[in-house]
Amino acid sequence: MSDRMLTMAEAVREAMTIAMEEREEVFILGEDIGIYGGAFGVTGDLYHRFGPERVLDTPISELGIVGAAVGAALSGMRPIVEIQFSDFTAQAMDQIANQAAKIHFMLGGALHVPLVLRTPQGSGTGAAAQHSQNLEPWFASVPGLKVVVPSNPADAKGLLLAAIDDPNPVIFLEHKLLYKIPGRDPVPEGATRIPLGVSKVVRTGKDLTIVATGIMVNKSFEVAEKLSAEGISIELIDPRTISPLDTAPIFESVEKTGRLMVVQEGPSHAGYINEVIAQVSGSACFGNLIAPIKRLAGMNIPIPYAPQLEKVAVPQIADIEAAAREIVKNWR
Amino acid sequence: MTANPLLMGHPLSSPEHAKHALLYMYRIRKFEEAVEDLFGRGMMHGTMHLSIGQEAGPTGACLALQITDQITSTHRGHGHCIAKGADLTRMMAELLGKKIGYCGGRGGSMHIADAETGNLGANGVVGGGIPIAAGAALAAKMRKSGTVAVSFFGDGAMNEGAFHEAANMAAIWNLPLILFCENNKYGMSSSTEKAFKLENLADRGKGYGIPGVTVDGNDVVAVYEAAEAAVARARNGEGPTLIESVTYRWKGHSRSDKNLYRTKEEIEEWKDKDPIPNFIHKVLDKGILTQEQIEEIQKVSTEQIMQAVKEAAAAESATPDGLLEAVFKAVSA
Repeated sequence: MSDRMLTMAEAVREAMTIAMEEREEVFILGEDIGIYGGAFGVTGDLYHRFGPERVLDTPISELGIVGAAVGAALSGMRPIVEIQFSDFTAQAMDQIANQAAKIHFMLGGALHVPLVLRTPQGSGTGAAAQHSQNLEPWFASVPGLKVVVPSNPADAKGLLLAAIDDPNPVIFLEHKLLYKIPGRDPVPEGATRIPLGVSKVVRTGKDLTIVATGIMVNKSFEVAEKLSAEGISIELIDPRTISPLDTAPIFESVEKTGRLMVVQEGPSHAGYINEVIAQVSGSACFGNLIAPIKRLAGMNIPIPYAPQLEKVAVPQIADIEAAAREIVKNWR
Repeated sequence: MTANPLLMGHPLSSPEHAKHALLYMYRIRKFEEAVEDLFGRGMMHGTMHLSIGQEAGPTGACLALQITDQITSTHRGHGHCIAKGADLTRMMAELLGKKIGYCGGRGGSMHIADAETGNLGANGVVGGGIPIAAGAALAAKMRKSGTVAVSFFGDGAMNEGAFHEAANMAAIWNLPLILFCENNKYGMSSSTEKAFKLENLADRGKGYGIPGVTVDGNDVVAVYEAAEAAVARARNGEGPTLIESVTYRWKGHSRSDKNLYRTKEEIEEWKDKDPIPNFIHKVLDKGILTQEQIEEIQKVSTEQIMQAVKEAAAAESATPDGLLEAVFKAVSA
């Protein structure tokens, strides 16, 4: 086992490098991904390694970029699109939701769209409402899209390799605050894939199940470590892909702990965690619950600018800690 | 019924080419007349967008294409499908919601695609196919496949951002793309006079640094010649061309259209410019085909459509089995 510690940006770059070395159909296109190295430095030196044709700088044309990727994918290529901020996918939504997502089904299965769209999402950079959203539910509500939300470098690498192999359109949502921090676990060398649609039990515990994705996994993990000193044992589950959603490990965990908290960065209204709650409510594990399900999500507001305002808009470590302690203490 | 292998070349270059051009224009016309009839009799559901009167555009353009060249099409796309060589029975079966239809009943009139003939699909979104065609052209360039892509779209699509973004990318990357605008004078009810400040929409080519040509879209010969020049340019690595093929839609936009935005006189005026007799006069004048041969082609095309309707009507209806599994292509182990 390797003990290499990489940041998520490095792990994503490594996955793209491996995929591009493995198959010549793989190429990357997006804004400022060439010499500039990507707005968040994710493509880095790939332009120099693979050349301007396979690391293709585009004009500022999100709809055109995704459309071109769809057309290239239909014609035997394996494009990886980088959209500079997830917020800008709004410009490209026709190609994402009406074209890429539906082509295989709607056109009778003769054609398919092996396309990965990577994009940074999330708040915490002071970039305000049009550069800070968490848009997981937008994509998860469209049949035909797979939606991946990696929470650490090792997962990001394995999941991205699997996403590039996948014959379907995959939306790959990277939290920008995770780009520069190393994960807790080393990133294995080589080209090991992590299959899409498999939840991961990040930490086992017996008092409370927390389901979280992306940066909320990291925050919840910190809380779990801290509360274990108080004798509160938390089981943390990271679905890793929210579409398709692997619920079996969640049900199993809830059956064991009897308490469930779901945490997401995006606004609570119509968030993907509501789907988790609905599925738990409809399953046999519901009978084992001894506490009301706790939902911790962002406020139903656009992300504000000032740091003190931005902080209250999304769940922070202190919020998760307080909520976890409350559930376990109040429901015995 | 299997599709004819695609023929390439000038419609007046041989009797065979002239027959092909005429047969395909008739096929499109009669296919759509049959569709209109089936709708009228309540045998077809949903909606339909007919291209009757516009047959010369797709027929002329596709005579310049190889079977491996790719196209994207529109909501008014029966003509493009047929001209590119689609199977008439499977098309009709799709419109009738049958299992053997191109989309197994999941797509209908606006979503017919045919991988075997390079048809990447009709599209329910105005302008939706244009960036996709640019992407197909990008792949052709990257893979050095030597193929070109043609995006068919209407005048309305030229005011979509998708057109602008795709045209610009195709231009800066010298992609083998033909932007084929079928200017049929109306985007639903909006006339080009209302929606553009330009007389010739092809002038927009200049804004992207690419050639723009306007042709008589009811003259299959003129369309072919423009398409052939654009295809040659594209194959030569010289980049995209914008073709504006001026034509007219005889029928309403869709079933709900009451034609309140145009006059009967205008429609009649354009019916006098019918692309089919237009071409027949040419081939008779030049002695390429005889009156008997022309009548034979008309008869054959009618029989082919009747046969397609018959086979499609008799085919098994699509069933809900497997709908969930059809959303994603299975991941191979």
